[in-house]
Amino acid sequence: MPNLTLICIYSFFIIAIHALSAPKRAYQGNGLAILAMSTAIVLILWNMPAAMLKIALPPLILGALTGIISARRIQMQNLPQMVALLNGFGGLAASLIGIAETTTPTAFPTLLLVIAALGAVTFGGSLAAYLKLAGTRSLTDSKTTRTISLILFIMALISIVYAYTGKAEYIIGFTILFGLFGFFFTLPIGGADMPVVISVLNSLSGWSTVMVGFSLNNILLIVVGSLIGASGTILSYIMTQAMHRSLRQIIFTSKTSTNDTIVSNKHIQQGSAEDAAFLMENAAKVIIVPGFGMAAASAQFELADMAKLLKEKFNVDVKFAIHPVAGRMPGHINIMLAEADVNPDDVFELKDINQEFKTADVAYVIGANDTTNPLAKTKTDSPIYQMPILEVEQAKKILFVKRSLSPGYAGIDNPLFYADNTIMLLGDAKDITKQIVTKLEE
Amino acid sequence: MCLADIFILSCFIGYFAVWSVTPVLHSPLMSVTNAISGIVILGAFEALNNVENHLSQLMLGIAIFFAAVNIFGGFAVSARQLNMFKPKKDKKDA
Repeated sequence: MPNLTLICIYSFFIIAIHALSAPKRAYQGNGLAILAMSTAIVLILWNMPAAMLKIALPPLILGALTGIISARRIQMQNLPQMVALLNGFGGLAASLIGIAETTTPTAFPTLLLVIAALGAVTFGGSLAAYLKLAGTRSLTDSKTTRTISLILFIMALISIVYAYTGKAEYIIGFTILFGLFGFFFTLPIGGADMPVVISVLNSLSGWSTVMVGFSLNNILLIVVGSLIGASGTILSYIMTQAMHRSLRQIIFTSKTSTNDTIVSNKHIQQGSAEDAAFLMENAAKVIIVPGFGMAAASAQFELADMAKLLKEKFNVDVKFAIHPVAGRMPGHINIMLAEADVNPDDVFELKDINQEFKTADVAYVIGANDTTNPLAKTKTDSPIYQMPILEVEQAKKILFVKRSLSPGYAGIDNPLFYADNTIMLLGDAKDITKQIVTKLEE
Repeated sequence: MCLADIFILSCFIGYFAVWSVTPVLHSPLMSVTNAISGIVILGAFEALNNVENHLSQLMLGIAIFFAAVNIFGGFAVSARQLNMFKPKKDKKDA
């Protein structure tokens, strides 16, 4: 590849990432990354002998079609599992390259085995994350899966000795063992920790790209791989900070819920959509707190309508507050709101909005639970202890939309349900918001 | 400059570039980095020149397929997300 072109390509990738600092320019950033990627691919195919092209082109075209079609079909609330799966595919590709290269005479075995193993762990882990996010595989017995993953890890370590013999079947077996290990290792990690898991897997795929770059003396792969690795690592850091848990805690401690089964005689106030509409239209300031439940019910459009009506018809100051770990991947809820055309200027992060709950008349909590739980401040043995929360309890009235009174993902009760200023709106997030919109329109 | 030097400098660039990303766009950041991690496809193309036996070629073919799904799927899904953040006037259906 000519040197100048190469420099342009990796500069474009770097600028593309940087372009994501401003929502308005971000679209062009993606275009730049696409340009860089296609230039790189076309250049390498251009110089390829015809015999090789015959092998390379069919899977390329088939893969491109599969990718584009599935990306167009996916709904935004299912974005996290799509990202997890694609990430796994990147890992799988790296792993296969590592294996295939071991047959070349110039091979450097240790590096190639590391690539094969790292890629396989990424793939296995991403597959487990995908199944969990898609809801087909729930946390069953974390103790058994942890034992299995430990056994697999030991077997995989032993198989290194065999893999060094360079025999293809041993190397494939070694890779499969690492893949299985990644799968069973990720399986018992809790659903609420998914934003962290996806970020870690994201960074792994970056580091395996770097390794492939080292094995082929390819500068471009090293530069781009480091960008991805850095991105995944930083996102993991941000997510763990937002949960006040260390990476070690998330990965190794399965969530044993403290079993705060909800005592049925605790008093809750239940309200109707009409009450909610009345409260909000007479408020001066409403803060909406959406969480994963909003995404799962795909209530973003109704929510946007509600916010718009309150703003335009009743002159209410409406703001959105998003916790960093709301949703199942970093920034998930922001995407959902953007889909419904909510103005990004009305959407605030935890640190920017937390002091405003004091002055809010109503906090409309929809599908968020653990991220608002005041126990995080007081209950030292709680799994979410010291997690920064959105301080909705300081609002004058709290409208809490929830499917049932069951605890959230962390498996703990939320005292907000029983607070004097809380009104529970029990039911589907989408239905309730829709009813409120109808009342507001009247 | 040797490869390790390039690697370390790239990590610094990555560090600063990523911290500049606004939290609002963390999902697209993941999708974009996800898509560009498909760049290992270049590795598969390059390795095709070095391998001779059929098993390796088959594996590289599969690698190319999955990397291509990764690239095209990743970019398409990023474009869909970022389209939503575009200023109103030039927004079109993705």
